Amino acid sequence: MSNRQEPAPSGFTRRSFLQGMGAGALAAGAGVLSPKIANGAPQDAAKPGLCGPDPVPVTLELNGKKVTLPLEPRVTLLDALRNHLDLTGAKKVCDRATCGACTVLMDGKAVYSCTVLAIEAQGRKIETVEGLAESNQGIAAMQRCFVENDAQQCGFCTPGFVMACESFRRSHPKAARNEVLEGLGGNLCRCGTYHGVTQAVLDAIRGGK
Amino acid sequence: MELAWPDPKDTTVLGKRILRLDGPDKTTGRAKYTYDTNRPRMLWAKYATCPHGHARVKSVDVDAAQKMAGVVAIEVLAPAGSELNVAFSEVAIVAAESEEVAREAVRRIQVEYEVLPHNVVDDDPQLAGASAKPGKANVAGDPDAAFKEAAAVSETEVGCSIITHCCMESHGSAVEVAADGKSLTAWCSTQAISGKNGRFANEAGIGDASTSVAICQHMGGGFGSKFDIDAWGAWAAKLSARTKRPVKVMLERDMELALAGSRPSAFARMRVGCKEDGTVTAWESEAWGSGGNGGGLGVNQLPYVFGNVPNKRTRTTPITTNTGEQRAWRAPSHPQMALLTMAAMSDCAAELGMDELDFFKKNLGYTQRAKVYEEELNLAADLIDWKKKWVPRGDQADGVRHGLGLSIHTWGGGGHDSNVQCTIHPDGAVEIACGTQDLGVGTRTALAIVAAETLGLPLEKIKVSIGDSRLPPSGGSGGSTTIGGISSASRDACVQAANALFEKVAPDLGGDPKKLVAKGGKVYAADNEAKAIPWDVACRSIGAQPQVTTGTQQRSLMQQGVGGAQAAEVEVDVETGIVRVLKLVAVQDCGRIIDLLTAESQVRGALIMGVCSALYEERIMDPVTGTLLNPDMEFYKLAGIADVGELVVKMMETPEHLGRGVVGLGEPPVISPMAAISNAVANAIGARVARCPMTPDRVLAAVGKKKGA
Repeated sequence: MSNRQEPAPSGFTRRSFLQGMGAGALAAGAGVLSPKIANGAPQDAAKPGLCGPDPVPVTLELNGKKVTLPLEPRVTLLDALRNHLDLTGAKKVCDRATCGACTVLMDGKAVYSCTVLAIEAQGRKIETVEGLAESNQGIAAMQRCFVENDAQQCGFCTPGFVMACESFRRSHPKAARNEVLEGLGGNLCRCGTYHGVTQAVLDAIRGGK
Repeated sequence: MELAWPDPKDTTVLGKRILRLDGPDKTTGRAKYTYDTNRPRMLWAKYATCPHGHARVKSVDVDAAQKMAGVVAIEVLAPAGSELNVAFSEVAIVAAESEEVAREAVRRIQVEYEVLPHNVVDDDPQLAGASAKPGKANVAGDPDAAFKEAAAVSETEVGCSIITHCCMESHGSAVEVAADGKSLTAWCSTQAISGKNGRFANEAGIGDASTSVAICQHMGGGFGSKFDIDAWGAWAAKLSARTKRPVKVMLERDMELALAGSRPSAFARMRVGCKEDGTVTAWESEAWGSGGNGGGLGVNQLPYVFGNVPNKRTRTTPITTNTGEQRAWRAPSHPQMALLTMAAMSDCAAELGMDELDFFKKNLGYTQRAKVYEEELNLAADLIDWKKKWVPRGDQADGVRHGLGLSIHTWGGGGHDSNVQCTIHPDGAVEIACGTQDLGVGTRTALAIVAAETLGLPLEKIKVSIGDSRLPPSGGSGGSTTIGGISSASRDACVQAANALFEKVAPDLGGDPKKLVAKGGKVYAADNEAKAIPWDVACRSIGAQPQVTTGTQQRSLMQQGVGGAQAAEVEVDVETGIVRVLKLVAVQDCGRIIDLLTAESQVRGALIMGVCSALYEERIMDPVTGTLLNPDMEFYKLAGIADVGELVVKMMETPEHLGRGVVGLGEPPVISPMAAISNAVANAIGARVARCPMTPDRVLAAVGKKKGA
């Protein structure tokens, strides 16, 4: 992989920067900040820790279990889950942190996993839609509320919505309808399931689940 | 047992609010879509695309990409000399070990272009020049005389931009050709799975559909754009055959928005003349717009719904543009025709100084189903509190204004060809198999509901298999034809199954199979419920082998032709131009209802999609470069959860409506929202916003024009 050249300047975006870092886009040399630094450890400007572009061992704390796998540093958390671990609940839709279909929880907070590098997610507790179900005998209360309110049609936005709603419910245990509408603006649906989603969150909150 | 649908009063699950069967799979992430396909040694394929609206390829250099570790195959699709007519057209495809490598390889492909003249202007026939092809005027009656005699004549100019399908699951397939090259399995995000095995087998050079399988267990939206395997499906098959490895091709969002289907734009200048009492006597429309690179427009039946206006002159001018081709988009042409017609009718009512509701009702004689519309308009008016809240267009105070608007619509429906197999096992287990697909509307659940109702069993007892080309063939899901086809075929298969079973158990139940019923998990003679046999016991009489019956679509159980009425309530801030939908009401007839819950969900979804096209979404082309300016979901805007207001859905459930056959719901409710919202905004600000989506700049322009600014 060391024979990689500068990516073509056309189509160079913030995101291609993120994913292309392993391609030697940094003047300092091919690589990204090491996991230790990415995790917020004090940074030594003189000796930046670098790794990549070849695969490096990445350890994720995923649904309560530690998993280590070799990943290129440019691999997003979403692609690590979907393409490397076959956890395909989180979906790739906009791939630009707009639609929320890729939402997972990182230390309990909803994040767009399409815009988090897997390497950055080390040391964080990652919870996916599959994990939420597993830790609740196959289906969690929020997921059941979705089913009961017919809050899914094609279902492609649903796992992301479920995770965003679950995060919202945990942080807003007494939210009213208008807060729900404000709090869930980060997820999009095309079939038009918002009515059911709103009801599902309100039911889950009411149930204190 | 008779084939006819049972009396709605006597049903247990049919027509009730039944939760969809695949809800738990979808909410827990267990549901597997095409995009979720992961196969051992699978390759990812990505496209290099053209950045120009119209160009000729001078050279393609794939050397740098070819040399990259992890690149397995590259195919140049547009070699030197190729002319490309649309931005994001395919130039080359790369198959690589990972998604990241495939993307990077695409960036390293060097292409030189000769940029050619383009046209992306679809909203002005003059500017579009030779790309605009004016049609012939169609004249009925004597419009000139009718306009002269009219008590009021209104003028309207309104239209809507090109929008795309923007399916949450992008278009694509994954194909795995077997090691011996003689068979394949394809996973395809499609609206029509039956027969797709043959399409993939052909592209892979297998030449035998019988050894190939196509699968679509779940799919993330199609809306009319996913009938074919498309070039990208074909390339998944070809590359898999060539590399002897599974290959997945899913379009990146930009390519999906640019190429994978769109709804034509439509604009019109219209005049409507009416009598003192509101009866419309004259119609004139000059319409234009674009279906993209292939041309086509489709709004040639104006006025919409009120088609029998006696004196009319209409003309349409399709414009060819260097933008992605149109595909069927829910209710093709109808939402656009509804916007043009309902806006012109609403403006005529305002010109005359008449209540829009009264004006619409006054002219229902020009429609095909006056009685249904009258009933529905009255209901919609009640549900939105029209009589209390409606005020004429005029001088509301500045600041936030309030408005109400109406629209009515129609659609055909009918059921497509369908085969459903019902297997009853000697232990009482029931399987329903049909090569249909569930686009998210509840097809799987509908099949189970019909079977459960017909066989008198709880839903949990019915195992449904769909989404596989090996199952009995069923039609593609388009034009609201799925529910009619699959529900009537399921009824047919299960009635045959019940009657065959009744023949076998009749000796134990009074001897006359015609008197037997299956209800509540039991089989008994209608006049002797006390002597009932439990279902599982009755099924033992089937013998050693399972009993199999196959049903087909039944004309007597399905129908076409529905009407719907919708009302919108909005707030418009005339200082910022921001429109807020407060409430939408949809009153919809769809004949016999199979699942009231999923029917209501589908109508609500259609209302939300209508809010998107009324206020947010449009394909924005750059006239200078000819490229798509918003090829992502940040700027190709969809409504969010807080943008849709209160949604009220009223399904027509009178005995008269339920007594009809089953009619599909995919198209009808999506037709009217844009028109009703446009009328509500006009009611609020006293002027017509010239274009949907009604973005703040367009609203302010309309406000300014009215003030003479």
